Amino acid sequence: MFSLSQDEWIAIGLSLRIATVATLVSLPVGIATALLLARARFPGKSLIEGLVHLPLVLPPVVTGFSLLLLFGRRGPIGSILADMGIVLAFRWTGAVLAAAVMAFPLMVRAIRLSIEAIDPRLEAAAGTLGANRFWTFLLVTLPLATPGISVGAVLAFAKALGEFGATITFVSNIPGETQTISAAIYSLMQTPGGDFPALRLTIIATAIALAALVVSELLQRRAVARVSGLA
Amino acid sequence: MIVVDVVVGRGAFWLEAEFQSEAGLIGLFGPSGSGKTTLIHLIAGILRPARGRIEIDGATLFDSARNIEMPVHRRRVGLVYQDSLLFPHLSVRQNLLFGHFFTPRAERRIPYQSLIETLGISALLDRRPGTLSGGERQRVALARALLASPRILLMDEPLASLDFDRKLEIIGLIERLRDEYRIPIVYVSHAIEEVSRLAGYVVVLRAGKVVGAGPPSEALSQMNRATHADRFDVVSIVDCQVAGFDAQFEITTLRHPAGAILVGGHVGPAGKFVRVVIGATDVAIATSPPADLSIRTMLPGEVATIHSETGAVCIVDVALQGGGRLAASVTRLAVSELELAPGARVYALIKAVAIDERPFHSR
Repeated sequence: MFSLSQDEWIAIGLSLRIATVATLVSLPVGIATALLLARARFPGKSLIEGLVHLPLVLPPVVTGFSLLLLFGRRGPIGSILADMGIVLAFRWTGAVLAAAVMAFPLMVRAIRLSIEAIDPRLEAAAGTLGANRFWTFLLVTLPLATPGISVGAVLAFAKALGEFGATITFVSNIPGETQTISAAIYSLMQTPGGDFPALRLTIIATAIALAALVVSELLQRRAVARVSGLA
Repeated sequence: MIVVDVVVGRGAFWLEAEFQSEAGLIGLFGPSGSGKTTLIHLIAGILRPARGRIEIDGATLFDSARNIEMPVHRRRVGLVYQDSLLFPHLSVRQNLLFGHFFTPRAERRIPYQSLIETLGISALLDRRPGTLSGGERQRVALARALLASPRILLMDEPLASLDFDRKLEIIGLIERLRDEYRIPIVYVSHAIEEVSRLAGYVVVLRAGKVVGAGPPSEALSQMNRATHADRFDVVSIVDCQVAGFDAQFEITTLRHPAGAILVGGHVGPAGKFVRVVIGATDVAIATSPPADLSIRTMLPGEVATIHSETGAVCIVDVALQGGGRLAASVTRLAVSELELAPGARVYALIKAVAIDERPFHSR
């Protein structure tokens, strides 16, 4: 009774791929944004802050529709990308973008808190020892922010895995291309007799999310021990 | 040669400091909030002066007139804080090699092996900073700063978090490093014993202003006299030389031009120069040499000034015979009854047991 159909396997694989790629691609941007918000002072900082947090408070459908307007084939950014041969709308890469945008505030928040917890005098100490800003970031700030980075990455992964509203608005629900676990559950619920397969996928989605949290907890513990200078 | 002449405003607080010295160790002394740490950060380049000039051994780190501002990572200043600030994610060895790595090969002049042996940290290299004791951490921090072969070592209350024995141990090491590697040191502290022992030159700060500068026996003795400071904060620094040790009673006699100063315990070999810190509340005044008294140290001198015309307490500044000043804290009643006035010939009486001989013990 637990053998999965071909479509279900595809949906699971696609979900994992989209969540993984979304997390990895947004991580460098997330770290840079967190660093900017934690350490820099510049005019318009609160605007950037608001923009980053916007997906958290907007209805996902609004975010998805905005993405469609911006990144659709005729959109201002989408048309440029289309000329370069990159199409996002109704493709799995578009699902990556939607998932990354929705998960971004969670990621930035976790990393930012972690950076803000670093004693700035440690960075100053690195400076007096001859490290310029780049080396200080690489050898001091980044390693000390690893607890926040790992938490941020796992949160973003879990959020990306479950993203539904923005994704379905932006890239629709195409089996094999953009149909993630969430979208598949939604489709199954519309189908007569789909309740049981929907339940199966629900259990699988729960298991994946739980596994991600356990891995995060383990990573977190190791990172915290390291950063506290004990192990 | 260190030249500092800076002005900086931090909110309502303004720091204006000017001094220069050739001394191997310059003590920055003053109460908290007087601007000591700000001054250290200006020299390190962590803060920028509004205007002024900072030079170390001919190298200009900052000069607003010539538009020179060397970035922190090029200044090569070693910084040691009270809470060592070791990188917690790196091992002791990696911490030590951090500055070493960024120092151009030609500039490396501190030998790694002999330094870690001097500081006694060879056994700690594979440990993590979080597992070290306070004294170990400070020794590693000291080594890390020195291995970057700095132009100058800036120490901000490096001993404040240590207990007395660890303090003595590290003071001894700082003296050795000062003499062995000839790296100028700026040493911040509000512990007068540390500063008087280590420094060749002292800058006294108060509320962002330099209120005294010079050799410790002058700079530290001048302060607090005229101000309405707590009488327990008034001290005198007296330079003397060990004359001899009486093994039967375990008393060391120190030679001072005005006479002998007795101290309990063994202070060092005959001929050793020592600086004694004497609290004003441990000094009594007599107008004639008293008999039948437990106090053995009586130094003749002349009243130079008497501070404070009101309140119960006066600070009587005695110019000792043969040079040096000694402050005595006595009641205004006593001043009146003994008819003390500037020019009066007096004897300053010092209790031997009130002098702390322990700072002389390390090494």
